[in-house]
Amino acid sequence: MISIEKVSKTYKGATRAALDSVSIEIEKGDFVFLVGASGSGKSSLLRMMLREDVPSKGSIFVLGENLISIPARRVPYFRRNIGMVFQDFRLLPNKTVFQNVAFCLEVIGKSPAFVADAVPSVLKLVGLDGKQDRYPNELSGGEQQRVALARAIVNKPQLLLADEPTGNLDPATSQEIVNLLERISAAGTTIVMATHDRGIVDRLKRRVVVLKDGQIVSDDRGVGYEKAEEAR
Amino acid sequence: MKLGYVFGEVGQGLKRNLSMVVSIVLVTFLSLSFVGTAALLQLQIGQMKNYWYDRAQVAVYLCSEFSPAEACPQGEASADVKTAIEAKLQDSTLSPYVDKYYFLDHNQALAQFQEEFKDNTITNYVTADQLNETFWVKLKNPSDGAIITQSFTGVAGVEEVRDQRSYLDQIFSILNAASLAAISIALVMLFSAILLISTTIRQSAFSRRREIGIMRLVGASNFYIQLPFIIEGVVAAAIGSILAGGTVVAIVQFFVQGYLAQSLPFTNFVSLATALTLVPIIFGLGVLLAAFASIIAIRRYLRA
Repeated sequence: MISIEKVSKTYKGATRAALDSVSIEIEKGDFVFLVGASGSGKSSLLRMMLREDVPSKGSIFVLGENLISIPARRVPYFRRNIGMVFQDFRLLPNKTVFQNVAFCLEVIGKSPAFVADAVPSVLKLVGLDGKQDRYPNELSGGEQQRVALARAIVNKPQLLLADEPTGNLDPATSQEIVNLLERISAAGTTIVMATHDRGIVDRLKRRVVVLKDGQIVSDDRGVGYEKAEEAR
Repeated sequence: MKLGYVFGEVGQGLKRNLSMVVSIVLVTFLSLSFVGTAALLQLQIGQMKNYWYDRAQVAVYLCSEFSPAEACPQGEASADVKTAIEAKLQDSTLSPYVDKYYFLDHNQALAQFQEEFKDNTITNYVTADQLNETFWVKLKNPSDGAIITQSFTGVAGVEEVRDQRSYLDQIFSILNAASLAAISIALVMLFSAILLISTTIRQSAFSRRREIGIMRLVGASNFYIQLPFIIEGVVAAAIGSILAGGTVVAIVQFFVQGYLAQSLPFTNFVSLATALTLVPIIFGLGVLLAAFASIIAIRRYLRA
């Protein structure tokens, strides 16, 4: 599903590499946590997987595409198989919940019939039925992140990337979002989630990849945050 | 739905940037009006050249009693002079170039003068002997005027040889300069129109950067993301182009045909039909320039 080998990235003007010879394999159906301090390279790695950025060195394959050599015009079609959510939700404030989700289907050319069918069912899945005509500023943070999740999965992506999706949420709300992610994972979607949230990592006992200064320092299955940190 | 989205975005963009859009419309309108006017002038010059060059003749003015002494020391041209000139026009060196020629004596010259200036009070003061007797020479190829000029300049009894083309060339060079000036102004304005369009489009893209970000994230094709912006620039420029086309047609209809053609009835002016053929060219030019400027602007924005 994802195969990253010896990927390095140095941003222009930076003295230190954001990623330093990172290698990682992620199988279909995996649920992987990327943990580490701010600036450890979690977001850079996610950006590479979405092909927002290209590595300075190394090779990266995602969903069978070689992201080093993929032509620019194929990138949009590649991204249609990937969903992504962010800490800051990134909803369009002038569109309703329904329109926010519908927007991302319309702009990739889905038919009105498909949109009318898919949007309500995904809103129901994330627990937002009945709120489809609200605007983002009328929703709580947890609800906004549900809208973002609905938008990310409405096109049934094979891979879901989450960049600190619970970073702006209180623990109870975070737990609801993580429960949703588990349900999405159980349905067969591969999930890669960057997070600071020890509680979640400890509770879920999934694969934990620890990044430090752009390098992978540990990669364990079924351990908690503390153990993963100790292991380095 | 897809087209609905595109035109919805275009409408929003045009509304949001109304003042910029109005300035695009005005600048394209003015610059393309200048382009159109320059084109009209060129067409007019071409038409007048065709018409007048065909009719241009070379005049061999013979000496009269009133001619200046340095050109005509022996005064009024004698009958011998006239026979000599006529013989020269008929001989084998000149005849291949000459289509036909005719001679006007003093009285015929006066009659022609009175006909040409019939509404002018000058006719009351001019007498027959003030006007030169003249050989009018019509050439097979009007650009060969220099041959006649060289053959008769300085010949005894000839005051002056005048190629009418030299008058025409002056008029045409003035018209040419005017159309060059119009084209130069048009080029500067077109350049500012391009800059204005790309600035507007970039601003419009900036105000919709969230939408663009989401579209890129969920995998909308670049073409689909760019389309509303390109159409936005093209629509604004198209309005300006249509106004410019209308202006060119109006100039021909009301100024050239309505005024000039009435006051100068013997001149062949550009017709309304010619002006109408310019309209699609002006429109196409405006639309192409706007599309070009918008594509450049939005490309740079998307890459950054």
